[in-house]
Amino acid sequence: MKAPSFSYVKPGSLGEVFDLLERHGDGARVLAGGQSLLASLNLRLSEPELLIDITGIPGLGGIAVSGRTLRIGALTTHRQIETSAEIARHLPLLAQAVRNVAHIAIRNVGTFGGSVAHADPAAEYPACTLALDASFVLAKRGSERRVKAREFFRGLYETALQPGELVTAGEFPLDGAGYRSVFLELARRHGDYAIVGLAAHARIAGGKISDARLAFLGAGSTPVLATRAAAALEGRVPDAQAVAAAQDALSKELDMPADLYSSSATKLHLARVLLGRALVALAT
Amino acid sequence: MDDTLLTTLTVNGRTVTRRIQARQHLSDFLRDELGLTGAHTGCEHGVCGACTVRVDGMTVRGCLMLAVQANGRKVDTIEGLSDSGELADLQGAFHRRNALQCGFCTPGMLISAQELLASQPDATRDEIRAHMSGNYCRCTGYHAIVDAVEEVLASRRGGRK
Repeated sequence: MKAPSFSYVKPGSLGEVFDLLERHGDGARVLAGGQSLLASLNLRLSEPELLIDITGIPGLGGIAVSGRTLRIGALTTHRQIETSAEIARHLPLLAQAVRNVAHIAIRNVGTFGGSVAHADPAAEYPACTLALDASFVLAKRGSERRVKAREFFRGLYETALQPGELVTAGEFPLDGAGYRSVFLELARRHGDYAIVGLAAHARIAGGKISDARLAFLGAGSTPVLATRAAAALEGRVPDAQAVAAAQDALSKELDMPADLYSSSATKLHLARVLLGRALVALAT
Repeated sequence: MDDTLLTTLTVNGRTVTRRIQARQHLSDFLRDELGLTGAHTGCEHGVCGACTVRVDGMTVRGCLMLAVQANGRKVDTIEGLSDSGELADLQGAFHRRNALQCGFCTPGMLISAQELLASQPDATRDEIRAHMSGNYCRCTGYHAIVDAVEEVLASRRGGRK
């Protein structure tokens, strides 16, 4: 289908963006990579008056390490994350996850900030940001605040972003040595939206797991951090008994709504399977 | 702030300037305004790959880029890439391997395959399949397409084109 009629503007500064957002309110949508937004317009799922293209604004790109923090600018594309030596070295969880984002043609254009602001429950980055305890920099006219990823995702396509606010960057704390990551996803076909996925990040020392962060995607309207499963693993070697205990804890804490293809029970079963596989991978 | 914008872009090496509606995606602009009908509209939401073109050297979905976003950028379509000879070995392999029937998916397949050959010259068959899985084909059943790409990978590795 064809998109409805709208106006388009490409400002050169954040100030202009904030002016436009204030003037147009809900009638304006922010356009970054457009790989979700333009699809939704072509499907006529929304009909904005105005698209504000932010890809011309300086200072919103780049991947940079500063001290013990890695910053990803909102306009960084998935492909840039996929090919970044810094990400491969410091945040291998993201490098693994991004390979599951659609296909290369989408990854060449789609952005980190856009993905996070859109907050699709089956998206890969939101779960990763929970597992890595990242924060997002949110800017509006005259001020900037930071919100932890664990508080940012509020509901289905709903985030902590207020009207007139933009995600400008993600900030990831770099953990010390000994942390390992695994990203696993189940989809009907490669590149499909996930049925369920797991971003797992934990410290492994002497074969024992500690500080496990197990973030599930496709498990509800937001990514879900499985804290009870993580607690069941704390300080243990992930042997068969520990894995089973974690899977049982997971069953009690996850509430997986059914979707078009899978029942609640199937999704929970798949989540348990992914947890088992992830723990084996982390320990090996 | 307009529904239409004066836009200048380079298409297959030729610079064109047109007043374009903001709502028109790049594939429709290429097809309807420039007569370059090699990019096809299949799904118009990015999943089928039939609209795949190259912008500033990157494969992109023509249906998920507004034509006005191509302002100041360089677009290559299957017509240009074929005329330049860049895809000749892939096209030859597609012929030999019967990797096309109706041809609807073929421009997108060729452009996607070319990006794989450039970025992963040692791709395995599984990696070829994963990369090409963003392009749908309703006719061939895919194996012949994978065979053609595999054949070209091997011959490029061997230093021959």
